Amino acid sequence: MPLDTSLSRRTILKASAGAAALGTLGAPAISYAQSEAIKLGHITPRTGFLGPLGEYAVQAMQLAVEEVNAAGGVNGRKIEVIYDDSPNPQQASAKAERLIQRDKISALIGEISSASALAIAQVVQREKVLFINTGANSDALRGSDCQRYMFHIEAQNSMYVKAVGRSLVANGLVTGKKWYSLTADYAFGHDLLNVAKRFMAGNNANHAGDDLIPTDLADFSPFLLKIRQARPDVVILNLAGTQITNFLKQYAEFGLTFPVAGFGFDTALAWGAGPGNFGGIWPALWHHLVDTPNSKKFVAAFNAKHRRPPENQAWGEYCSLKIIAQSMAETRSTDPTKIVEHFEKGAKFDVLKSRESYFRARDHQMMTEMYAITALPQAQVKNQWDIFSSSPPVPGPNESLEVIAATEEENKCVFRSA
Amino acid sequence: MLDVPDLIPLISQILNGLLFGAYYVMIALGLSMIFSLGGIVNLAHGAFYAIGAYLAVTLAPHIGFGGALIASPLAVALIGLVIERYLLRRFYTADPILGLLLTFGLAMVAEQSLRILYGAAPVPFSIPQALRGQVFLGEFVYSRYRLMILGTAVLCVAGLWVLLAKTAFGKVVRAGVQNPDMVGALGISLKPYMTAVVMIGVGLAALAGVLIAPIAGVHPAMGQEIITFAFVVVVIGGLGSFWGVVAAACIVGVTRGVAAHFYPAATEASVYLLMVLVLLLRPRGLFGERIQKFE
Repeated sequence: MPLDTSLSRRTILKASAGAAALGTLGAPAISYAQSEAIKLGHITPRTGFLGPLGEYAVQAMQLAVEEVNAAGGVNGRKIEVIYDDSPNPQQASAKAERLIQRDKISALIGEISSASALAIAQVVQREKVLFINTGANSDALRGSDCQRYMFHIEAQNSMYVKAVGRSLVANGLVTGKKWYSLTADYAFGHDLLNVAKRFMAGNNANHAGDDLIPTDLADFSPFLLKIRQARPDVVILNLAGTQITNFLKQYAEFGLTFPVAGFGFDTALAWGAGPGNFGGIWPALWHHLVDTPNSKKFVAAFNAKHRRPPENQAWGEYCSLKIIAQSMAETRSTDPTKIVEHFEKGAKFDVLKSRESYFRARDHQMMTEMYAITALPQAQVKNQWDIFSSSPPVPGPNESLEVIAATEEENKCVFRSA
Repeated sequence: MLDVPDLIPLISQILNGLLFGAYYVMIALGLSMIFSLGGIVNLAHGAFYAIGAYLAVTLAPHIGFGGALIASPLAVALIGLVIERYLLRRFYTADPILGLLLTFGLAMVAEQSLRILYGAAPVPFSIPQALRGQVFLGEFVYSRYRLMILGTAVLCVAGLWVLLAKTAFGKVVRAGVQNPDMVGALGISLKPYMTAVVMIGVGLAALAGVLIAPIAGVHPAMGQEIITFAFVVVVIGGLGSFWGVVAAACIVGVTRGVAAHFYPAATEASVYLLMVLVLLLRPRGLFGERIQKFE
């Protein structure tokens, strides 16, 4: 077996670079040509540490499109969605541009990564195309980086923190207590850490320390040792994607018993942790146990199609598509500028919750109810999905929906005139 | 001057890093063997690791975790047999870039297949009841399950060393690494040895996958989380050096732990920095042997 003599150890170095590249290649766009149809674009991470959520996003989008088209479409036209994948901010921006210029989409829906959403926002603002952000949480996207053509059905970090924060305060985990945090080391995490510090300091909690966690970290043991040595009263997680699954599993493995709470959450990551591993108090923008007729209908339809309940990322795409369809019907137009004005006038939408929601005109954040969920003890868990109990909607029925959102002072948005 | 109590967290991190390094050995040794003998840089190594984890999740409800620990690596070794026989074998003498492209493609196909079969969301899996719990050593805490991983890794390293150093099989493999033409001239075909080496290598990767499944997210891209690290271990340790890979894995583990202690944001980056340093100061790797065909 003679070997090629040109083989050198440089090959293995190149290979290491290749291995790193494995994670950054995206899938090609799939498009179905059809005239007459209203074209929309959907873009979200399908691989990498946010990939698990992207899959729910796409499945829910497909379900919503089927339902809208089965009901006759919008203004007599069918809706057609062109799907693409955004493994990193560079590709997110390039693909958004391609969808707009080549495919002439009327609106763009999707994204999960705050870094990618920021890149997309610049494209849609330049091209004057509506973008509904379904998964990026950074306050900055609704503040210093806000854009007139970008709206957010995904809650901002401030909403997540204040929604679950109420439960934490009520449980005596904040005031006068020592907290330790782990934070995802990218745009979302950095933004969330600032919001978390503001909330905790405002409630007289002491920060014992924070560790920035690389996004694809699989082994949390070094940080679990640090948490154990810090002996905090509560461990706060500003993590994202599969980081949350890895953390939950290893926190249980190391037998640490400090109370755990999260300021960012997606149900799929808790489902994926496995029996006995999910613990703590977490915020949720929506979950499959929300007890309204329309929510139950959505859960049943999604379950019938995919043999698993939808999670909050699925809710985001499903409602966004319905919101766009409803708004195009109400304005009898697909013109993005008209839709933007419609939203800004305070149009109300049913988003499967007990109260209708609307986009706040000054920062385009959807004002909507949230929930604090608490992991059930393992003995009370009856199946792999219903692993938590939920608080009633936050804010309560007699409060303004805005009380959990960032104030103008906390997160100021100035829309630059186009 | 630091007080002793201040040093305890650092010592815990070093100890933890050493223990986790043992785990990297299982993945890196296979990678190193396949490259040393076949000249193939197996970018699909992480995919075999992921398949191992998924098979464990699938098999464990039927044959228990212990059964899966044996069955899953065996099944993956058989996949390795087929892939070596029908794909890799064609590329030993080809331009190394082609082998890279092939295994790169295999990794993508495997990841997407897992996504189609199991979905993109992490699949739930937990530590078997009997292996839960912690061991305390003064201030240091370690999970019982990780001690089991450590034991398995030590057994694998010992077994592999005996195989390579003490058996006729090992002699041929080592000779094949140094001078395949001479082995051929002596009338020994390296083909069956190469098949065996690939089976052992990917089987070890699968075993590592089974072992990680209860304590880390089982998702299609999990192979990517370890493949780059495994390469770094091989590069630092030096090609063709069995103990070099073992030592490098431990050094990488310790570096990670020390970085987590002093500057957590660089936990992963510290390892690459270490690789750059080693390559600058000692391009052959810490314990790399002089191998004729690679010079």
